[in-house]
Amino acid sequence: MNSAVDAPSQRELDDFRSQVAAWLKDNKPADPGFLLPQTFMEVGSDQQLDFLREWQHKLWSAGYLGMAWPKEYGGQGVPAVFQVIADAEMRRAAVPIAFNVIGLGWAGPLILHRGSEEEKQKYLKNILSAEDIWCQGFSEPDHGSDLGNVQTRAVRDGDDYVVNGTKIWTTMGNYAKYMILLARTNPNAERKYDGLSFFLSPMQVDGIDPRPIQKLTGEYGFTETFFTDARIPASCLMGEEGEGWKIAMQTLQYERGAEAGAAGGLMQVRVVIDDVIECLKGVTRDGQPLLEDPVIRDELVKLMIEEKAQGLSNRRAGIPALTSDYPFSLNLSGKLRSSEYARRMRKFAVAAQGAHGGLYVEDADALDAGFWQRAYLNNFSTTIGGGTSQIQANIVGEHVLGLPK
Amino acid sequence: MSNALSFTDEQAMILDSAREFCREKSPVPAVRAQLSSDSGFDATTWEEMVALGWPALAIPEEFGGAGLGFGSIVPIAESMGRALLSTPLFSATLAAQAILRGGSSSQKEQWLPQIAAGTPATVALLDGGDWGATRTTCTATRNGDSVTLSGEKWYVADAGVASLFVTWCELDGSSALVVVEQGHLGADAIQPHRLLDETKRAAKLSLDGVSVPAGNVLEANLEVNLEVNSADGVLRDLHLLGALLLAAEATGSTGACLDTVVDYLKTRKQFGKLIGSYQALKHPTVDILCGLDAARSLIYHAATLLDDAAADAELDRDIEIACRMAKAQAVDALTFAGDRAVQFHGGMGFTYECDAQLYIRRAQHAQQQFGDAWHHRKRLAGLLLDTAA
Repeated sequence: MNSAVDAPSQRELDDFRSQVAAWLKDNKPADPGFLLPQTFMEVGSDQQLDFLREWQHKLWSAGYLGMAWPKEYGGQGVPAVFQVIADAEMRRAAVPIAFNVIGLGWAGPLILHRGSEEEKQKYLKNILSAEDIWCQGFSEPDHGSDLGNVQTRAVRDGDDYVVNGTKIWTTMGNYAKYMILLARTNPNAERKYDGLSFFLSPMQVDGIDPRPIQKLTGEYGFTETFFTDARIPASCLMGEEGEGWKIAMQTLQYERGAEAGAAGGLMQVRVVIDDVIECLKGVTRDGQPLLEDPVIRDELVKLMIEEKAQGLSNRRAGIPALTSDYPFSLNLSGKLRSSEYARRMRKFAVAAQGAHGGLYVEDADALDAGFWQRAYLNNFSTTIGGGTSQIQANIVGEHVLGLPK
Repeated sequence: MSNALSFTDEQAMILDSAREFCREKSPVPAVRAQLSSDSGFDATTWEEMVALGWPALAIPEEFGGAGLGFGSIVPIAESMGRALLSTPLFSATLAAQAILRGGSSSQKEQWLPQIAAGTPATVALLDGGDWGATRTTCTATRNGDSVTLSGEKWYVADAGVASLFVTWCELDGSSALVVVEQGHLGADAIQPHRLLDETKRAAKLSLDGVSVPAGNVLEANLEVNLEVNSADGVLRDLHLLGALLLAAEATGSTGACLDTVVDYLKTRKQFGKLIGSYQALKHPTVDILCGLDAARSLIYHAATLLDDAAADAELDRDIEIACRMAKAQAVDALTFAGDRAVQFHGGMGFTYECDAQLYIRRAQHAQQQFGDAWHHRKRLAGLLLDTAA
C-alpha cells in the first residue's frame, strides 16, 4: 500500500510507543458501571454499543486505528509496524475492544485488496470511524460449518437481486448497516461452490429481518437474519457471479489472521490466569485463604503450566527444527488448545469461588461483578463457533496425525 | 517470568545427529534385547556415545569437556527417550554437574576429565522413596584424613556400572556431597532393584563401613570457599537438572508412543473400519499430541534458560520454574499416552509382546524419578502463588 515509505527508525518507533502510551493513559475510558463486552460477539445492549462506538471513534480520530490503510480511505498510510505497536500498548493499557471487527478485520481488508475504487470510497472510512457497523452472513441454520452448502438464494431481477433464505449467528446483525453476504446465484452449477456469489449487502432493506438470539448468558449479541424477497441493488455484487466461494475463502484468511490487512485495535480482552488469581485472593475455604488450599493450588498450577506452554508453543511454532515431527501440529491445534484452555480456566474461576460462584452478573455481591460467570458461559462461542472443538480434533487427527476419516 | 525459547543451529545439528544415532542404534528389537541384561545397555553403543563426546558436552573445556551449556543435553535426552535408549549418560551427566557445582578446582581436575572421557558415574541421593526429604539418614564422620560413611542409598541409577558415586550424607550436622569410588565399596554393597521400567537399572547402595579420603568431600560443604555453592544448593540444582533430563527423555518417549498408537489406529480394522476413524480413539490421540507439544515447548524453554546461565551458577527462579513445569507436564503427558496406548491396542495391548507395555512402564517409572508431578506442582505453587512482598 505504501511502497515508497522508508522503514521507520527504532527511535521513531520508540517515540511513537511513548506517544500512544501517553494518549491511552489520558484517554482510557472510565469504568462505565456496566459490564463491557470482552469480544465483539457480546455486544448485547444499546448502552454497550454506544459506549464502544464512541471509543472506537475516539481511537480512530486520534490516529491509532487503520494506521496502515491509505489516507484517502481514512487511514494514516504508515507502515503496519505502527499499528502493531499501538495494539500492544492498547493491550497493555487494557482498554476496551475496537468492536467493529467484521469491518475492521475482515470486510475492510477484503474491500481494500479487491474492491473497486467506488467501494473503497464508500465503505472504508466509515468502518474505521464506527459510523457503519458490519456483519457477516455466511453460516446458515442447517449448514453450520459447511459453507459450500449455502442455500440462501439471490436472483437477479433488473437492477436488483432478490434474496431469500436465513442466516444465523450474525454478530451485531441488529446494529449492522452492511453485511458481507454469501448467497447462491446459480443452483444448477456443476460444482456447488461455483454457484455462490458474494455481496456487500445493505441491511436496512425491506425483507431483511435480523432477530436477536438470546444467548445462554441471557444477553444478546447475535441475530438470526431472515431474508424474505429482500431487494438489494445489483451493484452490491462483489466481483462476478460465481466468485463467491473464492472471495469467502479470502475473507476467512483475514478472519484467521493468515493474511495481513486488518485495521488493528483490540479484538478481544485478553484474560489470563493471573486475573483468576487476583479474583480469588479474598476468597476463603475452611477458614483459610483459598489460595493456601493444597487442592486448589494444584489445580491452579496445572492451569498456569498450560498457559505457559501455550505461550511457549507459539514461539516454538516459528522454529522449524523443533516442529519437524508434525510440522502443522501447533498451527492446526491452536484454536483447539487455546479455546479449550480458556474454557477450563474460566470454569475453574467460577468453581473456586465457593458460594459466591453461584451469583450472577448484576448481583451486587458477585466477585468481579460476575465477570467470570459470564466469561465462562460466553467462552463456549470459541469452543463451538468457527468449527467446534470436536471438529477441530478431527481436523488435527486427520491432517496432522494422518488418522483415517 | 521468562518466556524465552530459542534453538541455535548448533543445537539443531545435535538434535539431528542424536535422533539419527538413537534411531539406528536402538530400534525396538535392540531395546527388547536389553530388557533382561545385567547392565541394561549395549556396551558398544555406550562407547560410541562417549566417542561422540556426549558425556563431555556440558563439562567446561578446562576440565576436558566441550564447554556447551546444559541445554545441549536436552535434545540428546529427548532423542534417547524417543528410542527408549538407556545408558549411563544421564547418571554421568548429573554426577559431573554435582562436582562442577560443588567441587573445588582440584576436585574438578580430579574427576571431571574422567567423566568427560566416559567413566560411568552416578548420584546417590535417596534414602527411601521420598524425593522431598530435606534430611538424609546417611552419615559421614571425620576420622583423621579420611571420612567414614554409614547408611543405605536407594534407587541409585546405573549403580552396577558406575565407577564414581556422588552421595548425599550428613556431615557435622549439615548436608555434604561425598565422592565414593567403586573400589571403596564393600563386596555386597550394591543390591539391584527390580524396576517397573525394564530399560532402566538402579540399585540399593550400602555405605556402611565405607571409608574415603577427606578430600572426597566436595568443597561446597567445607565453607573454605564461599564462591562455591552450598551443598543444599547443589542438591536442589541436581534435583532440578535431573527432573529436566527425565522430562526431556519422557517427552521423546511420548513422541514414540504416539507414533505407535497412530500406526495401530491406521492399520487395525474392526467392524469393517479402521479404528482410527472412531472419534473415541481419535480424539484422545489428539490429546496425546497436545500434551506432547506442551511438554516439548517447556523442555526447550528450560534448555534455553540454562544455556543463557553460567555453567556453575546456582539455578535461578525462572530456571527452577521451567524445570519443574517441564517435569510435571512431560510425565503427565507420557503417563496419559502410555495408558491410552495399552487400552487402544485392545487385547494385544495386554501382552508383553506389544510395545505399549514399554511406554506405560517407562511412564510410571519416570513419573517417580526426581519428583512426580504433584511434587513439582506443589513447589511451583510456592514459587508462583506465594510471591513475597
